[in-house]
Amino acid sequence: MTPTELPAGTVYCGHCGRPVVSGDDSNTSHPGCEQRLLMEPPRYCVDCGRRLKVQVTPTGWTAECSRHGQTIS
Amino acid sequence: MTAVSATRDEPVSVREKSVAPILEIAREQVLDRGVGLTEQQLVEILRISDDDLVEALELAHQVRLKYCGDDVEVEGIVSIKTGGCPEDCHFCSQSGVFDSPVRSVWLDIPALVQAAKETAATGATEFCIVAAVRGPDIKLMNQIKFAIDRINKEVDINIACSLGMLTQRQVDQLAEWGVHRYNHNLETARSFFSEVVTTHSYEERLETCEMVRAAGMELCCGALIGMGESIEQRAELAAQLAALEPHEVPLNFLNPRPGTPLADQQIMDGKDALRAIVAFRLAMPHTVLRYAGGRELTLGDLGTRDGLLGGINAIIVGNYLTTLGRPADADVKLLVDLNMPIKELQKTL
Repeated sequence: MTPTELPAGTVYCGHCGRPVVSGDDSNTSHPGCEQRLLMEPPRYCVDCGRRLKVQVTPTGWTAECSRHGQTIS
Repeated sequence: MTAVSATRDEPVSVREKSVAPILEIAREQVLDRGVGLTEQQLVEILRISDDDLVEALELAHQVRLKYCGDDVEVEGIVSIKTGGCPEDCHFCSQSGVFDSPVRSVWLDIPALVQAAKETAATGATEFCIVAAVRGPDIKLMNQIKFAIDRINKEVDINIACSLGMLTQRQVDQLAEWGVHRYNHNLETARSFFSEVVTTHSYEERLETCEMVRAAGMELCCGALIGMGESIEQRAELAAQLAALEPHEVPLNFLNPRPGTPLADQQIMDGKDALRAIVAFRLAMPHTVLRYAGGRELTLGDLGTRDGLLGGINAIIVGNYLTTLGRPADADVKLLVDLNMPIKELQKTL
């Protein structure tokens, strides 16, 4: 199933890109993925599940979704 | 790791009873005479018992202090070109051959200069510009030249590069532009290389390393361990690196990346990682031995401390190329706690 086939409000995991909980935006990653996201930047947009363009620098990172813009840490 | 640290407080007389013969040999050969261990001797180091690990770390630390001093060289790294690499290094999330979530992206020069400034602010003396390529093309070489000019004008830091395999002309250009150090890793032992890379050969890597050194740049040539290589192959790698006589050896521990052929590889045992640190130091008593990627995952906070007290004398601070590291200030604080001064800048340009 592609991201566009899932219902509106679906939240996607920033680490693996798979849906987390449909219609509930309180969780943005799976339990195992949540731990990984402490040690690496997100690779998928939580809003649409698309792969992000990620640039890591020594002190931070930026992640850009073609549809939902840029996130900066 | 706690157990390793705790046993350091045991009385010397107790520890002496459990010292492995290879450690006595290493004390005389490496610490007293400055001669690195042989491949076969390194196998014995990599097989020492947990009981002897504390003694081994202490010996490696003494070797580091005697031949390298007490300061620690701090470096920051940044990727100017991420992802989309045509090579198939099985450990690398930046290979375009695998189904990795890492997308191709370029860093612009102002952002690169900013990264150099932020790195220098941590006290680092080295800033390494990295590109995920087989080797640089004209476009990348031009960008590197421009970046070096800008950084040299605005930031007081040594510049290193890691741009894959080079031609002789590219080696000469980088040396002429003032690149202080060039990184090109062997990654693994010659006998294991074809298991993890098929798109280029071990010999091709060696060629670039030898050209870099002949051109007068410092050679940074590292290792990635925990990819499924045997103990013997780990020793083989350390011996092959020692034969190259690199100025610096960055020691990476595999962080299995999603989508790569090594995604399901088990994370290396922390004590085996410490044994490897000891082995690499005892193989290369005079070399800068740097903690690089994967240490957070493999060793954690206490292991980082154990390594710095066990032969390591350089670190990468902050983030890596595609993953995050410990905050730079946490590592700098650790160095202060350990009473290890950060190496001061000595411009070689």
